[in-house]
Amino acid sequence: MRRPELKPLIAAAAAGLAILIGLLIEMDTTMSVVLALLVGLRVFFADDPRAVKLIAVGLVVWAIVLPLFHVEAGGFIDDAVLALAYAVMALGLNIIVGFAGLLDLGYVAFFAIGALAAGYFMSGFVFDANIHVLVSGLNAELPGIHLSFPLVLVIAVILCTIAGMLIGLPTLRLRGDYIAIVTLAFGEIAGRLVLNGDEISIAGQKLTNGRQGITPVDKIDLPLLQPFEALNLRPWFWLALAMLLLVLFVNYRLRDSRLGRAWIALREDEVAAASMGVPLVKTKLLAYGTGAAFGGMSGAFLASLSNTVNADQFQFSFSIFILAMVILGGLGSIEGVVVGAIALTYINFRLIPDVLNDVPSKIGLDFDLTELSFGIFGFLLVIMMVMRPEGLVPERRRKQELVEGIGTGETAGAGESVVEARA
Amino acid sequence: MEAGTQAAPALNARTSALDPARRFFGQYGLIILLLVLPVVYGVQDVSQDGSLSRLGNNLVAGLSNGAIWALVAIGYTLVYGIVELINFAHGDVFMIGSLTAAGFFGTVGLTAATGVFGLAVGLLLTLIVCMVASGMLNVMIERVAYRPLRNAPKLAPLITAVGFSFILQNVGILWIGGSPEGITDLIKAQKQLFEIGGVTVSHADVLAVGATIPLVLLLTVFITKSRIGKAMRATAQDPQAARLMGINVDTTISTTFLIGGLMAGAGGLIYALYQTTIWFFQGFQAGLIAFTAAVMGGIGNLQGAVLGGFIIGIIQQISDNRIGGQWTPAIVFVYLVLIMVLKPQGLLGEETREAG
Repeated sequence: MRRPELKPLIAAAAAGLAILIGLLIEMDTTMSVVLALLVGLRVFFADDPRAVKLIAVGLVVWAIVLPLFHVEAGGFIDDAVLALAYAVMALGLNIIVGFAGLLDLGYVAFFAIGALAAGYFMSGFVFDANIHVLVSGLNAELPGIHLSFPLVLVIAVILCTIAGMLIGLPTLRLRGDYIAIVTLAFGEIAGRLVLNGDEISIAGQKLTNGRQGITPVDKIDLPLLQPFEALNLRPWFWLALAMLLLVLFVNYRLRDSRLGRAWIALREDEVAAASMGVPLVKTKLLAYGTGAAFGGMSGAFLASLSNTVNADQFQFSFSIFILAMVILGGLGSIEGVVVGAIALTYINFRLIPDVLNDVPSKIGLDFDLTELSFGIFGFLLVIMMVMRPEGLVPERRRKQELVEGIGTGETAGAGESVVEARA
Repeated sequence: MEAGTQAAPALNARTSALDPARRFFGQYGLIILLLVLPVVYGVQDVSQDGSLSRLGNNLVAGLSNGAIWALVAIGYTLVYGIVELINFAHGDVFMIGSLTAAGFFGTVGLTAATGVFGLAVGLLLTLIVCMVASGMLNVMIERVAYRPLRNAPKLAPLITAVGFSFILQNVGILWIGGSPEGITDLIKAQKQLFEIGGVTVSHADVLAVGATIPLVLLLTVFITKSRIGKAMRATAQDPQAARLMGINVDTTISTTFLIGGLMAGAGGLIYALYQTTIWFFQGFQAGLIAFTAAVMGGIGNLQGAVLGGFIIGIIQQISDNRIGGQWTPAIVFVYLVLIMVLKPQGLLGEETREAG
């Protein structure tokens, strides 16, 4: 920090902002105060790794007790569960885009595959089969395939990893924008397959239910526990939190591993990385596979939470929604992406529909703000990229890359005219 | 390019027995692939109906549809040629062109009852307005979203491009609402003009092809002959060298975006007349189809974009007519992926830095 005497002030400001946001999203007051305290301490002790670790543990404890301070369902906790699930997804995309620097605009494909895994193996959709594994209660008697959620999670992860690598294959020879377009094409193909899947049937079994959706999907049923209920979101919250912590752990370990360093080398300069002996094919495919796996996990969870797998969930705009989380938080920054995911979930599901929606009518304009939410995200993408490309909570190395690059970009005209003048 | 050339010798060494086949597919694979749909359905038509008129109808409709895609694809290919950026918002610039056209019809008082002369003058006026509106919009996007990021990593301008695409779509929603809107059928688009051997040619077909070809010719002459065209080609080859030769690179890039936008605006008007429906989301789909066309022809190559536009138009029409419109986007995207795998440099293109 350049001005150490300002440290307490900045910490206090961060804490104040946290408390304000907490109250704005109707978080419990006590919990908001505790959160603000933790945020303030985190900013104050940013240079002390031991304190940072301790505060992280404090944050986890805070998150675990958080649902106890809120009603079981409705209001705050609804969005909180979604925020955690989206954070898992954003962390997956962050591996592909943030670590390896491969812009993936078709991430929705992995959401679709994960959700479909839940749709196939946790519902009565495959009506001819009668398979039950480790499920209890009503689910054990219904026709169809009913597997326990951890099994479905494993299936979703395997399917998505394979799909991620398959999607990665044609992009191996390509770079930059071409990758974006090919992944986008795959995302759209996946969306179309789900949408028109009710026309395709294999041995009397439809591929999907199209717009109508596969519904109902079993509620999550963990071994040794009661099945989850739609009206008690606390277990959902804790499960999502556990998934997030697992993914966070994997992310940190991967980032500091040999593979993670290979990804970052790839992102910074592919040619240099290849000539230093980074195996391009393997490294890229692993990035796609890992990123896809997290998307699949979250997809299976969300399918069970929303109780349906229908085609309208899998649109291009969803890929952009997740991408915006990554950009907002900071490309490649693990903490940033979590912050970005939580922020955008609240903006999308709380701020725009509930808080801001009557603003246009108050100032005499006649339109529905919820219709324009993606325009707002688009605006966010442009603003972030032009003004603060390193994101809200930047990763150090990425910041150097982006800010240096753009620094020379902004002064390109001036800088080069100086060169010309000298010449 | 660099990665490709490194990987290639290793692969060849391993599978030298497959080399001739590999070379054959590299050369002709894409062309064979493109011929699959027409040939299959042609054979089917001959064996079932005893004539090729259904396929002929598909081809005519495909060509006129393709004319629109060609106009949009030109914008992609020019911009990519000069700044190596996929202007993701281009499809939505095209959409704004359509919306402008639909709005302007009312302003100049064009209705279905307007006479031929009045219609011609009114449409010409609308054409100019649409082209200028889309062109200026494209220049503005370049100024706001791409120029500040010119030296940033490739990811940055792409993301702002996606962002702008969404912003423009929402402008479309504010403008005409969220659902498709029908507009007056000014030219009686589907009315038959003449028929040759069972193949009908409608007003819309003639309009689309008849408006596109002069525009493309004009543009070709402009780019090959004029000073600005030469500056554009020089900048595309080597921006630094062009700057040293006294070319104002920023202005040249703006001009390229302007020309791309002009073409998209013209495409937007033709689309509105042709389809008689406008929608805020039309640009997304059109943008992807046109991008596929540009890649198919060889990105950075003007003739390639036009050729690709016509080919994609035909593929799309055949798919709409035979397989079902709901599958068309998926089929176009499958083609896109296959082009990327088989021949990233496209039909007429040379290897670019990105796709080699």
